[in-house]
This record gives sequence, structure tokens and C-alpha cells, in this order.
Amino acid sequence: MAPTIAPLYSLYGIRKRYGEGFRLDIERLDIPRNGVFAILGPNGAGKSSLLRILHFLEPVEAGELHFSEQRIDYPAPLKLRRRIAMVFQKPVMLSGSVRRNLTFGMRVRKQWHPERFESLLKELDLGGLVNAPARTLSGGEAQRVALARALATRPEILLLDEPTANLDPYNIRLIEHIIKRITHQEGTSTILVTHDVFQVRRLADHAAFMVGGQLVEMGAVDDFFNNPKDPRTVAYLTGELVG
Amino acid sequence: MAEHNENRAYMKTCYSLTYLMLLPLVLVTCTPAQPEVLRLATTTSTYDSGLLEVIAPAFELAYNVDLDIVAVGTGQAIALGEAGDVDVILVHARSHEDAFIQNGFGSERSDVMYNDFILVGPREDPAGIRGMLNAAEALFAVATAEAEFASRGDESGTHTRERQLWEAIGIDPTGATDWYSALGQGMGATLQFAHERGAYTLSDRGTFLALQAGLSNLEILVGGRSIDENEDPNLRNPYGVIAVNPAVHPGVASEFAQQFVSWITSLEIQAQIGEFGLDTYGQPLFYPDSMTWREANP
Amino acid sequence: MTPLTEIVLLTLKVSGIALGLATIVGVPLGALLGLSQFRGRSFIVGLVYTGMGLPPVVVGLAVYMTLSRSGPLGDLSMLFTPAAMIAAQVVIALPLIAGISMAAVDGLDQAIRLQLRSLGTSPTQELFSMLLEARLGVLAGIVAGFGGIISEVGAAILVGGNIQGKTRILSTAIVLETRRGNFGLGLALGGVLLSLAFVVNFLLMRLEARWRWRRR
Repeated sequence: MAPTIAPLYSLYGIRKRYGEGFRLDIERLDIPRNGVFAILGPNGAGKSSLLRILHFLEPVEAGELHFSEQRIDYPAPLKLRRRIAMVFQKPVMLSGSVRRNLTFGMRVRKQWHPERFESLLKELDLGGLVNAPARTLSGGEAQRVALARALATRPEILLLDEPTANLDPYNIRLIEHIIKRITHQEGTSTILVTHDVFQVRRLADHAAFMVGGQLVEMGAVDDFFNNPKDPRTVAYLTGELVG
Repeated sequence: MAEHNENRAYMKTCYSLTYLMLLPLVLVTCTPAQPEVLRLATTTSTYDSGLLEVIAPAFELAYNVDLDIVAVGTGQAIALGEAGDVDVILVHARSHEDAFIQNGFGSERSDVMYNDFILVGPREDPAGIRGMLNAAEALFAVATAEAEFASRGDESGTHTRERQLWEAIGIDPTGATDWYSALGQGMGATLQFAHERGAYTLSDRGTFLALQAGLSNLEILVGGRSIDENEDPNLRNPYGVIAVNPAVHPGVASEFAQQFVSWITSLEIQAQIGEFGLDTYGQPLFYPDSMTWREANP
Repeated sequence: MTPLTEIVLLTLKVSGIALGLATIVGVPLGALLGLSQFRGRSFIVGLVYTGMGLPPVVVGLAVYMTLSRSGPLGDLSMLFTPAAMIAAQVVIALPLIAGISMAAVDGLDQAIRLQLRSLGTSPTQELFSMLLEARLGVLAGIVAGFGGIISEVGAAILVGGNIQGKTRILSTAIVLETRRGNFGLGLALGGVLLSLAFVVNFLLMRLEARWRWRRR
């Protein structure tokens, strides 16, 4: 038997209600370490909620969440939270300049890595914006700042919630390029939530499909696309309305 | 940038917060060369007239002590003495002063000075009290005419005297009378009220003289132009000084308090009191009346 | 009368120290209340909002009875000192500053808070970063606190005693001059008080304008 690498996250019976009608209910899920793990699914599938739980930003009502084979209860230790970064679906710019936003994570950690800061500026084409007030940026600029801000502290785990939704091809190309680079060069484990089936094909190593707060199926990306097992997955991948 | 070192900044904040909270206490309690202080609570009439400001520096110089003067109504001045928050009181409400002694808050009351009360009212004098020699009789006329009357209503010395006058004629105007207003205010505000409303009121002569310029609607109706013309002994307004009893409040500066009592009743200061106001009003605002003074000027 | 400069300086000193103390305590307290959920929170919030409407003279009375020689803290001999006035003014300004800071932080988008946490803030860093985001509202609270104490007279005269050269501030000096019938002087002192308040508020508003620009 081939030696298996321990999963990054293991979820056991994770349950949480959100208001009326909608609930997250994941019986069992292992998210592998390294590479890009993509979560596909229609709106309201619970993808964003799952990301917040994986970021230890909110508690669950039932079940266990294991990280590196250790059970983590809410609230998680600050040290652990700081190993994870997230780009939200609607990035929130903090008041002040782009520079303040980009260096915020380093500053709260009392670190300063100017070379990291400079290379991110260059890679995400933000050089001309560092002194601009962050709240005046366009959607694509803000999304790039949010990604650079998340990456500034060299997170081990990067959570991305629809990072390229509503962006033009230029911004999409920049962002996808850097996701590939940090995943493969820096060994970051990336969890990517998206609607975009083609983006998953371009970036992901593993993919999962969620509907109505439940995990439908997951697998290595080739297997996932070539041999989908659940009829709902098939329907979604072929462009039908699911959910 | 502000978010830099927030954690450390927070700790610093906590420390400086603690220090700052303690600072006022430290400033007050731990100042080594704190000058000696004598605290005097007195009535607004003695302070606002300016008398104490004129005579106090001599005391501070002679005894090398700061004289802190808190000018409040007689009721509050006596309460401050009872609580031990002042060392000596100079007030004018004989019945309250006697109760103060009786309850052990002070051991001895000394006469200091006197002036007199007057009844003032609108020039038209609807109750017809002008020229009356007896204040109680005049108040009776006011009550009979149901002419508007303004009362201090603040437990001050003046208010206490006014109540005694009403009691003497067996009238309690504080009930449901619409011509009687208990203001709960100082003498100045009460005179101002009487001036605006054309009401009668009982005032000490000093305050009325000081504010007379702005009270064109009012004139002295009972009590005459000076104390010599005031025929009613019940309008005499004696001021007494009492040192707070150190047996009740060990913290008081009783030595300075005793020195103050001897000082303000001494011939020299008594003479100064008798001269105060002469140049401004053509008559003194206070008349010296200490035992020492009376013995020297029989 | 005490020289005017002395009165002005004491007014600034007393209200300045009181405002500083009330800010240092009230702003984090307000942020804490605005950010946290716990049993009894609404009770405390109710207390803070009630405190915003507390009549200053009641505060003065409570501070007097606490600091009186016959009161629990009588041994400190703080009555009739500037420290006593500062204590009373802190109690008056604190609920104003805490209450308005709380509302300001409470009014921020919850997404900001999640974003801050995601960026790795500790609870303390989160609190101060939220305050930074809400700084215009917090400043409004400080301005309200300043307005509440600079012109306050009831408590100041009760616990300070209006002692010449020691505890006489502008507002109590105005009361004294009014009592003495020196209405003109009282009004002039009122003008000085207003100018003082205006200068301080003007400086605070310059700060506000700068912050407003940076917030964009």
C-alpha cells in the first residue's frame, strides 16, 4: 500500500444552521495537503460558510474539525489562525492607503518583509497604487490588493472565495497566475471556491461538488471531470441548473 | 501607522491608564510641601459682597496658612461643617447655629458682626407696607392683600428668618397660595425675580445695596435707608463663627480654626469689617459685634 | 478676583485631564460593549445610555458624598481640590464617550470585523482596529464629552467649592459674578468660555477633516 499523506483538514459530521432553511451538513470530508482544492457548486451550496469554518472564523454547532490530525475547537488559537489567509468574495478594504492594507497582516504579526511586499506589488501590478486610498479602488484593483494582502504573510493555507468573479480577463490572468505560482513554488495549500468549471480545470488538483449545504462528491481533478459519479455533478458540469 | 504594535500600545495604554487614574490622588495626597490649609464655609452674602476677599489675605499672612473659602447657602455651609469637610463656618441662622452646637459639631459660637434685613417690594406697594416699622406686621399686610411674595426657599439664613417672621403672625404661606413663590435660589436671583414680577421679598441689606442698580422696580419699604433707621429688632441679622469640633472630626484643622475665630473677633479686624463698604455705599455692609469689640466700645 | 489666565488654565487643566481619562477608559469600554455579546450586556448598555443623561449636579452630589470626610473616601482629603472636580467630570464624560464610541463601532459593517480577524488580529488588535475604522464616530463621542464638562457648573461648584486661585474655573466664576450682580463680567467670562470651547473644537475638527479624507 502506498504511504498516504495525512490530510490537511478532516471534517466529521460538521453541522451548522444559518437562519431559516439553509444549513451546512458535511458528514465526512478530507481536504488533502498541498495543491489546489476546488469547491464547485451553485449559489447557496454552503461553500463560503465552509471556508469561514475552515478559517476558524466561526463556530460549528455539531461535529469535529481536525487540522493536521488534531481536533480544533472554536475559538482556535491565534497562532493557528495566523497560518491561514483568506480572500473574501467581496473584499473589504480597510481605511487608509493600499500600503496600509498590504502591510496590515505583517504588522499585526510584528513582522516586516520588504522583499515580500515589493515582489507582490510587482507580481500583482500594484506599484502605482501603493499610496492611493484603498476605498477608491476599482473592483479588479481591490481584488488584487485583497489577494496580495492575504499573501503578504506567506500563509500555509490560502482560502479563496470566488477570487475572479466579475473580473476582466487581464485581472483573471494575473490572479490565476499567482495562485499557480504560490501553490507550486511556495507549497501553499489553496482551497478555491468558484462557479467557474474551466477555472477548476486550469488550476485544481482536487475538486469537490456541493449542493444544499452537503458534499456530493470529491476526487482528483481528472477523475472528477471524467467520471463524475453523482447525477447532480454531471448535470452541473454540463451546464444544467442544479440546487 | 496606527496599527503598528497595537498589542504593545494596548499594554502601554493600560499602564498609562492606571497611572493617570492615580495621578490626581497622588497629586493631592503625596505632595510633600503641601501648604497648611484652613477651610471656611460661609454664606454667599459675606463672600459675594467682597468682604472676605478684602480681609482674608491678612489672615493668610499672619498665620502662614491658605484660607480656602467655600461660599454657599447657610444650610449647605452648616452641612459641610457637620460632615467635617470644612474647619470653620461663618453663617447667619441662629437657630441652625444653636442646633449645630447642641449636636456637638462645634463647641462654641462667637458673635462676629451683624447687619439687617429689609423688606423690599415694588414702588407701587400694592399691600401698602411703606413706612411700617414692624416686619411681621408688614408681612401680615402682604398676606392679606395676597400681594406677590418671593421667598428664597433655600434654607439660607435669610429664608430661616423669613419663616420665623411668618410663624410669628401664625401664617403658613407655603401651602396652596398662588401669591407666594419659594424659589430655592440665591439672594441675587430672588431679588431679580421680585424686580421682574413686582413682588415683595426679604433681603439682607448688603446684597440689595450691591445689586440695587439693576433693580429699579424695587425699593426698601420696611427697614429704612440704613440700619440706624431700622426699628424692628427682629430684622437684625447677626453672623456667628463656629470652629468644627475636632472631637467629632479629628481631621479638621482645629488649631487654625481657633486662630481664625480669635482673629476675626479681634479689635483690628472688627474695625476693618466696620469700614467695609463705606466708600462704595456710604454705609457699612456689616457692623462689628464681637465680644471684644463690644467691651472696647460700650 | 483670580487673574483670568489662572482661571482659564485651571479650566483647561481640569477638563483636559478629565477628558483624557474619560477617553482612555471610555473608548475601549465602548468598543468592547459594541463588539461583544455576553449575558447582561443590554443591562450595561442601558446603564451607559442612562449615564449619558445623568444630571451633572447628581454626579457632583455623589462625588461629594464619596469624598466628604464623612464619606468612604474621606481620608484622601480630595474634596475642594481640582482632583475632585476631575473625578466628577470623568464620571460625567465617561458615559457620553463610551456610549457614542459603542454606537460607532456597533454601526460598522460586520464584514470589516471578519476581514480583520482573517488578517490575523488578536482580540485586542481587532478592538483597536475596529476603533480606528470607527474613528469619526469615536471623535464625535469625545467632542460630546468635552462639551459636557467644559461648561458644567453644578458638579464643579459642589465638589470644587469655587475657591479662589484653587478650584475656580470659568463656569463657577460666571456663577459667582452673576450672584454678585456683575452681569457684564459674567457675560464676558461666558465669552471667554465659548471661545475656549470653540478653539478646542476647531482643533478637533481639523483632525476630523484629515481623518475623513484618509478614510476614503
